[in-house]
Amino acid sequence: MDIDKILVGIFSLAGMAFTYWFFLMKKDDKAVIVKSNSVDVKVEGGYSPNIISIPKDKTTTLNFTRRDPSPCLEEVILPDFKLRKYLPLNKTTPIKVTPKKSGTFEISCGMNMFHGKIIVT
Amino acid sequence: MARLSLHNMQDTKKTFSIKGMHCASCVRILERALKKVDGVTEANVNLATAKATVTYDAGKVKDNYLESAVAKVGYKALINEEIKSEEEEKKEKQKELKDLRNKVIVSLISGGLILWGSFPGLMNTAPAILQNFLVQLLLATPVQFWAGLGFYQATIPALKHRTANMDTLVVLGTTVAYAYSAFVTIFPQIPKTIGIEPTPYFDVAAIIIGLILLGRYFEAKAKAETSQAIKKLIGLQAKTARVLRRASRPERSEGPPYLQEDMIEVDIPIDQVVIGDIIRVRPGEKIPVDGVIEEGESSIDESMITGESIPVDKAKGDTVVGATINKSGTFTYKATKVGQETMLAQIIKLVEEAQGSKAPIQRIADIISSYFVPIVIMLAFLTFGIWYIFGPSPALLFALLNTVAVLIIACPCAMGLATPTAIMVGTGKGAGHGILIKDAESLETAHKINTIIFDKTGTLTKGKPTVTDIILVTEFPISNFQFQMKSQNSKLKFSKEDIVLKLAASIEKGSEHSLAEAIVRKAEEKKLQLDSVLKFKAIAGHGVQGLIGNKKVFFGNRRLMEREGIEIRKLVQDDIEKLEGEGKTVMMLALCSHSERSEESQLIGLIAVADTVKDSAKEGVAALKKKGIEVVMITGDNQRTAEAIAKQVGIEKVFAEVLPDEKEKILKSIRQAQDTELTEGQVQNDNGGRIVAMVGDGINDAPALAAADIGIAMGTGTDVAIEAADITLINKDLHSVASAIELSKKTMRTIKLNLFWAFAYNIILIPVAMGILYPFFGILLNPIFASIAMATSSISVVSNSLLLKRHKI
Repeated sequence: MDIDKILVGIFSLAGMAFTYWFFLMKKDDKAVIVKSNSVDVKVEGGYSPNIISIPKDKTTTLNFTRRDPSPCLEEVILPDFKLRKYLPLNKTTPIKVTPKKSGTFEISCGMNMFHGKIIVT
Repeated sequence: MARLSLHNMQDTKKTFSIKGMHCASCVRILERALKKVDGVTEANVNLATAKATVTYDAGKVKDNYLESAVAKVGYKALINEEIKSEEEEKKEKQKELKDLRNKVIVSLISGGLILWGSFPGLMNTAPAILQNFLVQLLLATPVQFWAGLGFYQATIPALKHRTANMDTLVVLGTTVAYAYSAFVTIFPQIPKTIGIEPTPYFDVAAIIIGLILLGRYFEAKAKAETSQAIKKLIGLQAKTARVLRRASRPERSEGPPYLQEDMIEVDIPIDQVVIGDIIRVRPGEKIPVDGVIEEGESSIDESMITGESIPVDKAKGDTVVGATINKSGTFTYKATKVGQETMLAQIIKLVEEAQGSKAPIQRIADIISSYFVPIVIMLAFLTFGIWYIFGPSPALLFALLNTVAVLIIACPCAMGLATPTAIMVGTGKGAGHGILIKDAESLETAHKINTIIFDKTGTLTKGKPTVTDIILVTEFPISNFQFQMKSQNSKLKFSKEDIVLKLAASIEKGSEHSLAEAIVRKAEEKKLQLDSVLKFKAIAGHGVQGLIGNKKVFFGNRRLMEREGIEIRKLVQDDIEKLEGEGKTVMMLALCSHSERSEESQLIGLIAVADTVKDSAKEGVAALKKKGIEVVMITGDNQRTAEAIAKQVGIEKVFAEVLPDEKEKILKSIRQAQDTELTEGQVQNDNGGRIVAMVGDGINDAPALAAADIGIAMGTGTDVAIEAADITLINKDLHSVASAIELSKKTMRTIKLNLFWAFAYNIILIPVAMGILYPFFGILLNPIFASIAMATSSISVVSNSLLLKRHKI
């Protein structure tokens, strides 16, 4: 086999391995613990922070600011809180949640490609 | 959102958000600025919530006074924040659509020109300038980095988070095509040295971007359609209300009591209406908020709330619902619910919540989408390697184009849109016809129902019983009684049956039972004057007893008579059975001549009460049976009456004489029963039992509604009912039960079709793009066709969801 083919073969396998490691083996970020009653969430290529720890039975305002033009992120959904909200680009949209039970609840974009978590303690 | 409430008779209190606050000194600055406004009596600003609460004289202070006071000190007051944000959202979306359209036009024109100048067979007809590779580079560059900028803007931050989406695939695919083309255009000698003709593929990059943006444009338009139901509901809200205010100070809400002669009509914004305001509505006008008619009568079109097209006649004492339309008369009514408490606001909230919830069926799509894009990128690497190593010459070009095709054809969006768009259209469609679905899970479960339990009173029947028969069952010893038959009209003559009614009504006046109301109403109609009752006692499940004059009176069912040892003769038994056989509930009246129970106790009369079966009951039940659903009736009434009513509506299975707390137990036993009677296609619950819906009024049946797989509350819009029920039917039409199940069935069918399409599309076309057909048929997928397929894939899913709108309810 030609050397270029061997090299491309190696490149191809390395690309697959890198893709697997890069996207599927990443560790979860540390949860940001909300001490006041609000937290700012930047919406750009996902949610920052994407793991938010909030207290039970208290109202916390999640201030979503969308910087990403992708239509994927134009809506944020908190299905356990039955909330679906349109996020205007470059604007802050406050969303209030008052969790009544502890647990981990999902945050996702309208097309379900980007995810975050709300941990209620 | 600004909240408005009545602080006292003079002042109005308003809470609104303030933008730009960051420290404690902001609080002082803002409070001082707001207090300076003439008419403001109190201003409190909270740093933590970034909100100001201002108490002011509504006659002197307007919203813009507060806004400018806040603006003068460098902050922004968001007084009618919600309305503005809706408008902002609309403007924002219009702007995005306009930008998208411009980008589509530029990309497709540029891409088309490049294609003309480079596509074999076509290029011979193109002007020489278009065949020039540098000109093609000039045309393709703005498409790649201006029209396609959004893809890069989404990809770069996503990669920083080690996540990827569709934009990542588009960026990878088009960048590979563009970068290769730019390279061979600028350095044509290099590919020549390895024996490759330096042919650029700018058309691929530019047309892919143009077509994907075109797909997004149509997708955005179609997606906006899916949320039309909410917009339509919000649009139903009246903007102003014509309230009666004191002539001397029309700007203030007075609150009750009102002196009509001193009042003038003032038009005020809807958010300033307070509970107790008297509102006048003229023919053709929209009713602004919920309330009770004080004066006048009219015919009201409630179709926008209940889905019922025939206008409803309303008069003094009847409730009216905000957003409905007054058809004929003029009337005044008292506001009982305003703002977020009105039925329309509750409906909007419920539909919004349902649309924000997630259907369990979506879980599988969730799992797949979380791995989808990385797997596609891995497949793209694999495609490149295989084509370069094993592909025909020129291997690099085959490898490149097939890799681009794989990246472009993959469409995760269709999977993400398959379920939520159908849920949005389905719940919106239901709301438009008075069927409110609590969440996506309820919508999903409803189509699996195989047993429906109906409560009788108020659900299958109108819940307004009337007295139909009064029978004297013994030669009444009237001469021995001291009862005086008085009337407001002394010319009226009274029969002995009237004495039975008078005694029964007198004793039932203290009872809260629904049948008691019918008996008292009948006595009032006959203008009978009721006697006072001493030692009144209600015996649960039996009836009532008390002392009238010196006579002890018992009024109740057969169980009460047995308990008191009162004999029911054979002939009377026959009468009772005959009446019960007609679906009537029979109450018995017995008298005892002494205050102590004695041998003189005897049954003197029967009163039969009947509740009319709803017009829609028979057809509603038949529609459910036609779907193969077993219909059951449950009631506290006696067996014979229950069976008679059940027969009238076509129900065979009846649970009668059920005490209120037993309903839940019976429901649970049906749910848990293992049976083999289910027909093919019917679904069992997790325990192998039936999937049961309970239909009730939502208030008295709350525990049973909650215990059912699906609780359906009928004919009410109260908070209690909505909370307890999975589905609330605002109209009282029993057809809606079958309609709700049909809507669930259609929505689920749409979701399944969407998911099938989204999965099948990717499962079939990704291998085709990889070139799986090439060894057998020599077929390869051009990346441009891949982009057409990808763009139409998500549009087809959204369009399929929109087809639900055509479903007839």
